[in-house]
Amino acid sequence: MAAEHKPRLTRELVAMRVAQELSPGSTVNLGVGMPTLVAAFAPPEANILLQSENGILGYGGFSEEAYDQDLVNAGGQPITLNPGASFFDSAASFAMIRGGHIDTAVLGGLQVSERGDLANWSVPERGGGSIGGAMDLAVGARRLIVAMEHTTKDGRPRILRECTYPLTARRCVDLIVTDLAVVEVGPDGLTLREVAPGWAPGEVVTLTDAPLTVHRGVPEMQL
Amino acid sequence: MTATIYETTDAALDGISDGARVMVGGFVSASSPTNLIFALKRRGTRNLTVMATNIGFGDRLDELCEDRQIAKAIASFAVRASSARASRFEEQYRAGEVELELVPQGTLAERIRAGGAGIGGFLTRTGVGTQVAEGKDVLSWQGEEWLLERPLRADVAILKAHRADRLGNLSYRMAGRNFNAVMATAADLVIAEVEEIVETGELSPDEIHTPAVYVDRIVRCDPVEVRWDGR
Repeated sequence: MAAEHKPRLTRELVAMRVAQELSPGSTVNLGVGMPTLVAAFAPPEANILLQSENGILGYGGFSEEAYDQDLVNAGGQPITLNPGASFFDSAASFAMIRGGHIDTAVLGGLQVSERGDLANWSVPERGGGSIGGAMDLAVGARRLIVAMEHTTKDGRPRILRECTYPLTARRCVDLIVTDLAVVEVGPDGLTLREVAPGWAPGEVVTLTDAPLTVHRGVPEMQL
Repeated sequence: MTATIYETTDAALDGISDGARVMVGGFVSASSPTNLIFALKRRGTRNLTVMATNIGFGDRLDELCEDRQIAKAIASFAVRASSARASRFEEQYRAGEVELELVPQGTLAERIRAGGAGIGGFLTRTGVGTQVAEGKDVLSWQGEEWLLERPLRADVAILKAHRADRLGNLSYRMAGRNFNAVMATAADLVIAEVEEIVETGELSPDEIHTPAVYVDRIVRCDPVEVRWDGR
């Protein structure tokens, strides 16, 4: 079977793999889309403190109870609060983000370059796109994980030598988790750390435009 | 100075003229001043520059586009990445009929904060090397590049809080502070809709998020239910 037709990880499994990256007790901001799913896979005993840039620290899961329009996350979804949660205004929230108080941000991605540049807000051929809080999170979080699909729907790589879409920020990405691989961004470029179950490192390399350093015995993701 | 209490939202908007620069508080559904937005629509004021973190993302601000009252928006969420499902604002934006200044959300909040605090600008790493940096000064400091961002002020801010006292102190509920509490400081005329007005002294000093000094007009309204389907 040609590599591009082999099954890839679901969005949920990508989120599950990202959740393994979150240190116990850390403060984490999850972007809209696939990153939002990470909340469900963070074990409660890890005591992750989730920040939402509209002014909430310490939210829990998604609310399935009565809707309260004053209690939504940055994606506008109704949420619950954990004990110890707090509220603040948008200037305070982004001071928290830009001031380096967020340990990890998880953002969606459209393209990542070999230097860790991120493009995640606009697809030029479709026009439009909105920045939201992504540019602030990309430069402000101490560690940035990008959760995205390894290729476009028509099979073009999203991990590139140079991003061709409008940038969110330069040299900001620390780790890329895709439906095929875990790729680390270092000062000397990209390193393939893990592959999705059933995928060979060489198959991932052919679907990646940027050069990947591949050490012997790259392990499969443990999910 | 004590805030003036208005009986209706229409009366509370008295004096807003065509071409006004209007800040609109709220974040998606949370503490969005929907009653005042509806009143601005009824008023028919045109050629507005609106500043809001979102337009057409679960808010009702987009309805001002029905009669083309908005000439320009300064926002962080205004246009989707795909045109499959477009707000009225997006349709008019894609047709070149309205102007948009897209601002990173943190930069938007801080520009407004600076505008309200008498600060002439600030340096941030947000936006360096991106489209946001176009036309702006880039300064080097401590081995990094920083963008010089300028303050934002408005003629009018329309806000929503949970409770006010007669002096004009405001208290928000849950995630309702968002841009409301920042915009309260940065407009010449600040108008807040609230769910309840209590006697001065009934709000504990500890629960006042926007001190009365910032607030000019208050009007009591039942909140309008707003719910975004996330698309």
